[in-house]
Amino acid sequence: MRDDAYSFTLDRREFLKLVGGGIVVFFTTGDPSALQQRRGRGYPEDFNAYLRIGEDGRVSCFTGKIEMGQGVHTSLAQMLAEELDVPLELVDMVMGDTDLCMYDSGTFGSRSTKYFGPPLRQAAAEARAILIQLASEKLGVPKGKLRVKDGTIFVPDGSAKKVSYAELANGKRIEQHLGKKPPIKHYSKHTISGKPTDRMDSRLKVTGEAKFAGDILPAGTLHAKILRPPAHGATLKSADTSEAKKIPDIQVIQDKDVIAVLHKHPDVAETALGLIKAKFEPSGSKLDNTTIFQHLKDSAPEGNVVTEEGNIQEGKRFSTKTFEKAYYNHYVAHAPSEPHTAVVNIQGDQATVWASTQSPFRAQREVAQVLGFPQEKVRVITPFVGCGFGGKNQGNQITEAARLAKLTGKPVQVAWTRKEEFLYDTFRPAAVIDIQSGLNNANQIVFWEYHNYFAGDRSSQPFYKIPHYKVLSMGGWGGRSGGRSVHPFGVGAWRGPGSNTNVFAIESHIDIMAEGAGMDPLEFRLHNLTDERMKRVLRVAADKFGQSFSKAPSGNGYGLACTDYLGTYLATMAEVNVNQKSGEVRVERVVCAQDTGEVINPEGVRMQIEGCITMGLGYCLTEEIRFSNGRILDENFDTYEIPRFSWTPKIETVLVDNPEMPPQGCGEPAITSMGAVIANAVYDAIGNRMFTLPMTPARIKKTLS
Amino acid sequence: MRKKIQFNLNGKIVNVASFPDRMLLWVLRSDLELTGTKYSCGKGFCGACTVLVNNELVLSCQFPLKEAEGKKVLTIEGLKKNGKLHPLQAAFIQHNALQCGHCTPGMIMGAYALLLENPEPSARDIIDGMEGNLCRCGSYNRIIQAIQTVARAIRGGTS
Repeated sequence: MRDDAYSFTLDRREFLKLVGGGIVVFFTTGDPSALQQRRGRGYPEDFNAYLRIGEDGRVSCFTGKIEMGQGVHTSLAQMLAEELDVPLELVDMVMGDTDLCMYDSGTFGSRSTKYFGPPLRQAAAEARAILIQLASEKLGVPKGKLRVKDGTIFVPDGSAKKVSYAELANGKRIEQHLGKKPPIKHYSKHTISGKPTDRMDSRLKVTGEAKFAGDILPAGTLHAKILRPPAHGATLKSADTSEAKKIPDIQVIQDKDVIAVLHKHPDVAETALGLIKAKFEPSGSKLDNTTIFQHLKDSAPEGNVVTEEGNIQEGKRFSTKTFEKAYYNHYVAHAPSEPHTAVVNIQGDQATVWASTQSPFRAQREVAQVLGFPQEKVRVITPFVGCGFGGKNQGNQITEAARLAKLTGKPVQVAWTRKEEFLYDTFRPAAVIDIQSGLNNANQIVFWEYHNYFAGDRSSQPFYKIPHYKVLSMGGWGGRSGGRSVHPFGVGAWRGPGSNTNVFAIESHIDIMAEGAGMDPLEFRLHNLTDERMKRVLRVAADKFGQSFSKAPSGNGYGLACTDYLGTYLATMAEVNVNQKSGEVRVERVVCAQDTGEVINPEGVRMQIEGCITMGLGYCLTEEIRFSNGRILDENFDTYEIPRFSWTPKIETVLVDNPEMPPQGCGEPAITSMGAVIANAVYDAIGNRMFTLPMTPARIKKTLS
Repeated sequence: MRKKIQFNLNGKIVNVASFPDRMLLWVLRSDLELTGTKYSCGKGFCGACTVLVNNELVLSCQFPLKEAEGKKVLTIEGLKKNGKLHPLQAAFIQHNALQCGHCTPGMIMGAYALLLENPEPSARDIIDGMEGNLCRCGSYNRIIQAIQTVARAIRGGTS
């Protein structure tokens, strides 16, 4: 994945330059080539790109990241408030606005706190140091004698000498920089960061005032509904729009491959769409859920070695027991609460876009291309996003709205229906994992050969002590490595991309080997781990779980799994009940211990772990996109079952203390262990191993009969 | 045929001249520009569009405008009283019972209807009563706690 590059529109912004004791306000003019030059790897050096102190003392924090529920709206504000020494309540987040915020490649991969957090802290620390310097000059007091509290710089000797950030900055850009970056605070000095903090967006969200893309209605907005094929690969033969045109005030647009109906009310447009009589050539795809796995193996591109150590053949010679298994994972939908939505308003040579997107700068680029506008004439504003999970890294609704806005000359909203959401989702790819492994007579893993078809590489590297291993990857979850063309529809990143499938396979296989070794699954893991951090999360989780593991199947229904997700370590333990008649799994309790390094918002991390565990139950137990000949058979939540209130287990989270390590990501890690922990618990309960996700009642019943 | 339909929306009389078979959700969101009520599935499977009509829970994506005629419609925008949050709204904040917030208006209206019917629900009652509301972010346990907090306050006479 490409690292975050940046650009920040510096042109026509007010600069405030301090020359000696005086203040000079000046303007700079930007030109596109200079802007292009600034577009490089990494985030900007200039702290002004990250924050602005208003005349009223409120601090705006600018970030190209977006808020989709994961809570960076709060945690990034905490990081800024901490380093700048301002009350958290004074921080306003400005997120995902391409005119106001620095370039960011997108909000995904649990990267916001981990990669954007450090430069944000650095920027705030530098701004604070400069404000102290300015205060020193203004008050005539040496810097060393000044203190800061709540955005006010004062002399702690009882004198009345003080000055606020607001007075110093006066809402302007501060054109002064330090030669040397000041150090950021040690975590032990933190009073805002690291403290459990309630979400700062809650009030807007509980009152209905929070705006999502579909809630933004510029005057005269038309809602567009677009004719869709019944299946992927089906092509339009003919369309009769005469009945649709009879609806009062309806506008029908036919432009190349797009047939759209537009009306000021979305439901009326939908009714009109239903009146179009269209004929399609059927899809050429002959695949369905029963043939997909063989198809994937047959279509696999040449593999690349993800990681390798020792020599598999030599490992095999040391083996006294060998294990060979295959693991299967079906297509899974993102199913965000808010379907893909966009509003585009073109005024003259300027387009404004409001979109439910995880990648506002990508949207800007695509809209500019579609409209033939220079990029700087397209402003993408990202309101609150109603779930993303990787599904909103892309979305044609934005360019569709842009095209139709241009054609109609009106602001246009394109909001996908739930059916369109299922049709055009970029599903988590179906995947196959083949594992061969061996144990020596000391029950140590001596070889591990891993063949991954289309899951993607993430989390496929072994973290156990294994002298001889080889991890091969054939096709990924994205467009790379020949992945996308093999699937009958779009696939893409899905919360913890690659990892959900890999951890399911790896940690199921580890349990199989534990049984082969005659050991309980916890003991076997600790026996084969040298990574102390991993051992620690396992022990912490086991303490909290409070039940002892026995050699499986014990009948207890206990399972465990551990993993390293891009630097976040976690161990999950679960207790399940399996209904032997119906094959239904009831997950009673899940414990998760997670080491995320330094924690910015403990409450936020807990919410993410709980959300991961709850959402993860879906891909464990029910979620599987059923399809046939290019047609997506699941079109709504009646057949595509996602977790509900009644499914929710008792969830206990432990945040493993590790503040010396820089903050790691936490939006995704805990979901990646769910497949294995539940499969292992099901095995412990019934003695039958589930090699395919989801573990539907029908699949479980099949193993019971 | 268009028809003039009058109903009480969050305490105020509104008149809508439109097709009586249109679903209330779209009339609220588009004609009346009250966008707190959300579309998510459009088929009555998810609860995001939950509102109350004459104090009864209604899935507004499945509820024709004509059936609202002369009735009292309550949406998320109508819960605040004199700028003060409803206890359920306050409890959702207190328990961080939301993430992306898209399902939240429907959740709160669903909980409101539940407590009207059963002011002292057990955890089981809450689960059964809220089962039709989906939260993809997985805030269910916190939502149960938020509703319990309000129920306790009702029992204690503080609400």
